[in-house]
Amino acid sequence: MTLVETRGLVKRFGSFTAVNDVSFSVQRGEVVGFLGPNGAGKSTTMKIIAGFLEPSSGEAFVAGHNSRTDALAARKRLGYLPEGAPAYPDMTVGDFLEFIAAMRGLDATAARRRLGILVERIDLAEVWNRRIEALSKGFKRRVGIAQALVHDPDVLILDEPTDGLDPNQKHEMRELIRELAPEKAIVVSTHILEEVEAICTRALIIARGQILADGTPADLLAKAPASDPERQRLVKTTPLEDAFRHITLEQAGA
Amino acid sequence: MKTVYLVFRREFAGYFATPIAAVFLIVFLGMATGLTFFVASFFDRAQADMSAFFLWHPWLYLVLMPAIGMRLWAEERRSGTIELLMTLPVQPWQLVLGKWLAAWVFAGLALLLTMPLWATVNYLGSPDNGVIVASYLGSWLMAGAFLAISAAVSALTKNQVLAFIGAVVVGFLFVMAGFDLVLSAVKPWAPQIIVQAISSMSFIGHFQRITDGVLEVPALIFFISLIAFALWLNVRILEVKKAA
Repeated sequence: MTLVETRGLVKRFGSFTAVNDVSFSVQRGEVVGFLGPNGAGKSTTMKIIAGFLEPSSGEAFVAGHNSRTDALAARKRLGYLPEGAPAYPDMTVGDFLEFIAAMRGLDATAARRRLGILVERIDLAEVWNRRIEALSKGFKRRVGIAQALVHDPDVLILDEPTDGLDPNQKHEMRELIRELAPEKAIVVSTHILEEVEAICTRALIIARGQILADGTPADLLAKAPASDPERQRLVKTTPLEDAFRHITLEQAGA
Repeated sequence: MKTVYLVFRREFAGYFATPIAAVFLIVFLGMATGLTFFVASFFDRAQADMSAFFLWHPWLYLVLMPAIGMRLWAEERRSGTIELLMTLPVQPWQLVLGKWLAAWVFAGLALLLTMPLWATVNYLGSPDNGVIVASYLGSWLMAGAFLAISAAVSALTKNQVLAFIGAVVVGFLFVMAGFDLVLSAVKPWAPQIIVQAISSMSFIGHFQRITDGVLEVPALIFFISLIAFALWLNVRILEVKKAA
C-alpha cells in the first residue's frame, strides 16, 4: 500500500531551486533513507510532504490525501519530526506531549493510554516533569520522536532523527525505527551512511534537488567504483561511502 | 473552539513560565501609575475621574503591546516549533486566534491590576463610573488592536527585535493618524476623502471619544473591526509564507 507519494515536486526559493522534480513513493513496511550532502533538498522535500511548505509545482500525497488540497486529512495520518527536534523550551515534557496529543484530537483517556505506551517505549519517565530546555540532546530528540508518534500515524517523516546523538542513543533510535517499521511507511533523512545500512530497506540519494539513485543499500553498493587499495589505506572509507561519493560527485562533474 | 482554547492555554501559561509576565506587569503598572501621578498630576487636578490615567494609554500601549506581541510568531519561527504547529491537523486561524487571545487576556490582566486606582477615585470623590467602565473596555479593545497588529507583524519575521520595531512603527501610524505629522504627508496629493479616511483611523481620536463618554459604539466597532482585519492578515501571512 502506497502511503507516501510525490509527483514531480519542485520548490524554488527566489531564483534558487531547492527541489527539482522529485518523484518517489513509499509503501507500508518500507524505511526509506534520504541521503545527500547538506543543502541537497532533503529537508525541503520533507517539509513539503509534511505540509509545512507548499511546492512550487508538483504534488505530495500522504495516505492518498493531497498535502495541499486535503491538508488536514493528510496531516492526521502523518507524524513529523522537524530538523533539530524543536519543542517549546518552557514546557515540561509531560505538558508538551499532552498539548500535542490534545491538538491532535485525542481525548484525555486516549492520550493517557497512548502516552503511557510511548513513555515506556521511548524511556521518558525520568524526564516527564522536567522542562524541555533542561534536557540533553538525546532526550530532546526522544521527545521529538514521541511527539511524532502520539497519534500512532501511518506515515513518519523524520528529519535527521539521530543527529547529535551519542553512539548508544543512535543505536536506540535505530532500534525504535526498525521496530516501528512493519506497520508504517517511514522516511528518514540522514547523512550518516552506516545508518542507511542499519535501518533502511531503500535509499534515495539526493543532491542539488534531484534524486540521483533509488535502490536498496545493496544496489547502491553495486555502484561503488572499485576501490583504490592505496587510498583506502590512507583514508579509511566504507564501500557505501565510496558509492555515495561516486554518485553525488559524479553529477557535479568532479 | 477546543483547539483555540488549547493554543490559548499554552500561550498564556508561556507568559508565566518565564520572567516575562512579572517584568511586564511591574513595568506596566509602574509606567501607568507614574504617568498618571507625576506627569498628568492626578492629585493637582482635584477631579474625581480617571482621565489622567487613560490619557496615556495609547502611548503606553504603543511600546508595551508590541513587547508582548512580538514573540507570538517570531519565536516559533526562530525555534522551529512553527513547523510542529503548522503540521498539526488544525486550521491556521485557530492558531492565530488562540495566540492573540492569550496576549489580549494577559493585557487585560495587567489592566485589571490597575483597579485599586479606580477604588481610590471612588474613595476620594464620586466619579462617573459608567464612563470609567467604558474607558476600561475601550482601553482593553485598543490594547487588542495593538496586539493584533503586533502579532501580524511578528508572523513576518523570525527576528523578535524586528517584529517589535515593525509593530511600534505601524502602531505609531495608527496613534498619530489624526495628527498633522501623518496627515501632512498625505494632504498635498491625496483627495480629501483619503485624508479623512486616514484621520478616522486615529487610535487617539477613537479612544478619546470613549474616555469622554460620548459616541462609544462607533469607536468600539472601529477597534473590533481593526482587530478582525489584523487577525485575518495574520492568517494570510502564514499562508503566503508557506508558498514563499
